[in-house]
Parts: sequence; structure tokens; C-alpha cells
Amino acid sequence: MTTAATKFATPPALRRKRRRAGLRTFAFLSPWLVGFAVFFAYPLVSTVYFSFMKYDGFSAPVFTGLKNWTYVFEHYPFFWQGLRNTLWLVLVMVSLRVVFGLGIGILITKVKTGAGFFRTAFYLPYLAPPVAATTAFAFLLNPGTGPVNHFLGALGLPQPGWFTDPDWSKPALSLLAVWGIGDLMVIFMAALLDVPREQYEAAELDGATAWHKFRYVTLPNISPIVMFAVVTGVIQTMQYYTQAIVAGKVASGVIGGSGQQFEPGYPHGSTWTLPQMVYNLGFQRFDTGSACVVALILFALSMAFTSLLLRRRAGFLSSED
Amino acid sequence: MTAIALGTRPARTTGFAAARRRAALHWIAVHATAVAAALFFLLPFAFVFLTSVMTDRQALTADWWPQHWQWSNYAKVFQTPGFLTWWRNTLVYAGLGTLLTVVSSLPVAYALARFDFRGRNLALMAVVAMMMLPPQVTIIPMYLFWAKQLHLSGTLWPLIIPMACGDAFTIFLLRQFLLTIPREYLEAARVDGCGELRTLLRVVLPMAKPAVLAVALFQFFYCWNDYFGPQIYASENEGAWTLSYGLESFKGAHHTNWNLEMAATLLVMAPVILLFFFAQKAFIEGVTLTGVKG
Repeated sequence: MTTAATKFATPPALRRKRRRAGLRTFAFLSPWLVGFAVFFAYPLVSTVYFSFMKYDGFSAPVFTGLKNWTYVFEHYPFFWQGLRNTLWLVLVMVSLRVVFGLGIGILITKVKTGAGFFRTAFYLPYLAPPVAATTAFAFLLNPGTGPVNHFLGALGLPQPGWFTDPDWSKPALSLLAVWGIGDLMVIFMAALLDVPREQYEAAELDGATAWHKFRYVTLPNISPIVMFAVVTGVIQTMQYYTQAIVAGKVASGVIGGSGQQFEPGYPHGSTWTLPQMVYNLGFQRFDTGSACVVALILFALSMAFTSLLLRRRAGFLSSED
Repeated sequence: MTAIALGTRPARTTGFAAARRRAALHWIAVHATAVAAALFFLLPFAFVFLTSVMTDRQALTADWWPQHWQWSNYAKVFQTPGFLTWWRNTLVYAGLGTLLTVVSSLPVAYALARFDFRGRNLALMAVVAMMMLPPQVTIIPMYLFWAKQLHLSGTLWPLIIPMACGDAFTIFLLRQFLLTIPREYLEAARVDGCGELRTLLRVVLPMAKPAVLAVALFQFFYCWNDYFGPQIYASENEGAWTLSYGLESFKGAHHTNWNLEMAATLLVMAPVILLFFFAQKAFIEGVTLTGVKG
């Protein structure tokens, strides 16, 4: 091959090749590009637009400036209560799930006999569809005939109202969340099995106790996974919807055909979360603009924690080569 | 053991016995905790099942063991108006949704994993952002779009059609898996004159079968469990409800009898759990297959 010839021959050929590669990439990506434009970018822009409009879904939208924003922050009765509920759930429910999930993960790595049975038993509740699991817990925890309170009564312990008591509805939801711990068990189990054995052996030679081994060997090794579990837990909790609304519906007994008449938050607003406010404002109160304001707040919070996830786990997106 | 048999060094023998006793105690402690945990995870299923076969009268009491096993409760659930329709709708939503999702997501995941192009990292970040986006954020414009422009409210199509445009979670998981396929396979296919689509279908897909099966299951579960979607688009038309959405209306329809409600609850749980048991082997095979040497 003469270098001169290739030097002059390649540019047009290379350009053609590049253009073909570009078209090919575009073709492969096309389903998602359409999805991104139609189901992500457009509705986001539209949500911003509607957050400044007065619109009931029927008559033409009218520009109202910041009215929807001040309404949500100052007059919508559930906004701050919903944020407080979310903070409560983030602090208690997420912590409980991470601690309990780690405990179950450690337990399953130590079980020698019947490991397959225990693994399946611990994982099974995670598979239960949320609506079904919530309905089941509404029965188990119902204050009248539920087996849990029956059992507590037999032991002479207090019998809380669970989903019907504003002080106990969030603990009841947390119990439900802890029951479905299977996802965390699996990721913690994988992380625990990845801890190098030599480190434990070295610690044992130094006479380390079980606690010291956990504190100085296990924890440093699995801390990225713990962090991952915490951040995804926070994101999931800000988006908490199905369990909260179904628990309220089933426990309050307000169930009708289309369910439009049930206002979320039962009992006494103790289970309000942001996504339920979008539903309540947009589809029950026909206040599209204010619903979009809450949707944007939900979006900002979700993305803030997602960026934390991306930064924390640099390897999250890395290509292997 | 030799130390015990020789009986020459008593100090060492007791140390050995103590270690064994400690190991036995450790075994008992671990397994007792595991049994307690298993009870916590499994008893709710047991109570739901026991209540589901009680008579109407007994279901109003705090009894937990059924006096008469009334299996006909399950028949009654199936006879509830709409129940079979909801079952069919759920299968259509989950089946069609899963198929569309996998078919449309695979090429996207392949491009993100294997093509070099400008903006790839940006595209990946966008996928992750979409993955973490709750459906409520975009629901207002989406509802206006489907209901006011296309007049498709009262059906499940607004939930099924978007799945032909790929699903962020599926794309992300498939991409992570496709990264593990050595580049040499793709180079070999290219040398043999395979186009990218042929390479994807003939070389990559067979290798990625376990991962594809896994994401298909995840998507099936997602559709089966979806409550918000059917609540927004299908609530106005009972003929379009899914099981997850219809379940909560059960108690109302049967005037607060927990037995039928619990029978229906188990019927909604059962397919998902059965599917998991059938596919568990495929899951494990999938995990081990990734470790197979070329």
C-alpha cells in the first residue's frame, strides 16, 4: 500500500463510513429517541407551562403567574403535612429497611442448613404485588379482628389502631415495607459474599471479636452498597404512592366504583405523600396548574437524589473498556 | 480428633471441645434466628390463606383457624362480575407490554453498550433520569394527550403503546449485561460480514437470553403490579380494569367480608409467585451462564 494513495483515498471513504455508522446508531436508538421526546421531554416542558396556567381541563388555560405556586405553598392544606410525612418515612422506613435488610443478608450468608428454603422464604414477600400485600396487611392489622392485635392482646400488650390511627399508620406502612425486604437482601448478600476472606482471617489472627470484624472488615467493604440502598430508598420513598393510597382506601372502607370520592391521606392526612397530591389536585380537584407545581417539586427532589446516586457511584455508568 | 484419641494433651482436648460447643451454639443461634425470620415473612401468607377459606360468619370473628374449609369462596371470587375481564386485561397489559418493551429496548441497549458515538454518556444519563422519574411527574400532560387528543381514556392503550418506545429500566439493565459480552465475539461476527442487526440477533441475543428473560420478568411484574396507570386511564371504565386496580373494590362489592377479599388477594399474588418459581431456574442459569468461558 502506498501511503500517499491511502492518504488521499481515505477522507471521502471515511466520511461515508462515519455517516453510515451515524445512521446505524440513530436507527438503533430510534425507539428510545421517540420515547424520550414524546414521553419525557414534551410532558416536562408542558408541566412547566401548566404550572403557570389556570386550567380545569375543560375551559381554555389562562396565565396566572405564580398563583399556583403560592397556592400550593401557602393554601393547599396537605402540602407541608405531606412533606413531613415523607421526611418521617425517609428517616424511619428507609433506615429500618436498610438495617433489617443488612441483618437478613448477613443471616442468610451464615445459614448452613436449609439455605435454599430460607432464601426463598425471605424473598417471597417482595414478589407480592403492592396492592395485594397492602390489602393483606390491612386485614392482618385491622383493629377489630386482625390476628396481629389478637396476638398482642393475648400477650397483654397495647393494641394500636394501625392503619386507622394517625399515629400508627406510618409505622404500619413501615412494617409492610420491612416485610418486602427481598430486594435489599439479595444485593446485600451479593456484596457480603464479595468481601475478601483473607481480611476476616487476618482480623481473626489479631483476635478481633465478631463486632470488630463487622465494624472494621464487613462495613468498609460493603459501604458503597449501603449508600446505594440508602439513596435508592430515599428516591423510592419520595415517590411512595400505591401502598399509602390503598392502605387508606381499604382501612377507611371508602371504596366505590371509580374511587374518585376517596381523598388520600387517611387517617387525618397522616399518609399524604407528594405523588398522591398530584393525583388529588389533578384528577379529583381538577386544578391542573397546582398539580403541575407539585409534580415539578417531585421532579426536582427525585433528580437531586438521582444525581447524588450518579456521583456516589462513579462506576454506575462506566463502560468496561 | 487425633488429640482426643491419643488422650495425651487434655488442655488441647478441652479447647477443641469448647470450640465445637461454640460452633454448635453458633449453629443453633443462627438457625433459630432464621426460623424466627421465616415466620415473620411467611405467617402473613398463612393468615391470609386461612381467612380466605372461612365462612362469611367466621370471617367476622377473630378466629384464625377455619371451622369449615369453604373452598367455594374461590369460586365466588371468579363469579364476581368483572373478575375474569380484569384477569384478561391484566394478561393483555402485562403480556403485550413486556413483548413491546423487550423488542424495543434491546437495540437501544446494544447501541448504548457497543456503539461509539458522540453524546453516548449524555444519552445514558438521560436513561437513568427517566428510570428514576415517578410517573406522576408527567401524568398531567400525558393524560391530556391520551384523553383529550387521542380519546383513549377508559382503555389500557395509553399504558401499552409507550412501551414500544423502550423502557429506561430495561434498557439500563440490558446494557449492563451486554457490556459483559467480550468484544471479540462482535469483532468475529463483523469479520464474517455480519451487519450490526444480524450480529445483534444471531450472536448477541443467544448469549443474552438469560438477561432478556430476566428483564422480561421484571417488566411483566411491573405491569401486573401497576396501580397508578390503570387508576388514571382505566378507572372510568370497569371493563378496562386490571386485577391490581380491581382488587380494592372487592371489599366494597362484598360488604366487608375479609374471606372473599383475602381469596382475591391470594389470586392476585399467585401468578406472580408461580412465575417466579418456574423462572427461578432460568434466573440461576442466567447468572451462571454469564460465567461461561468462550
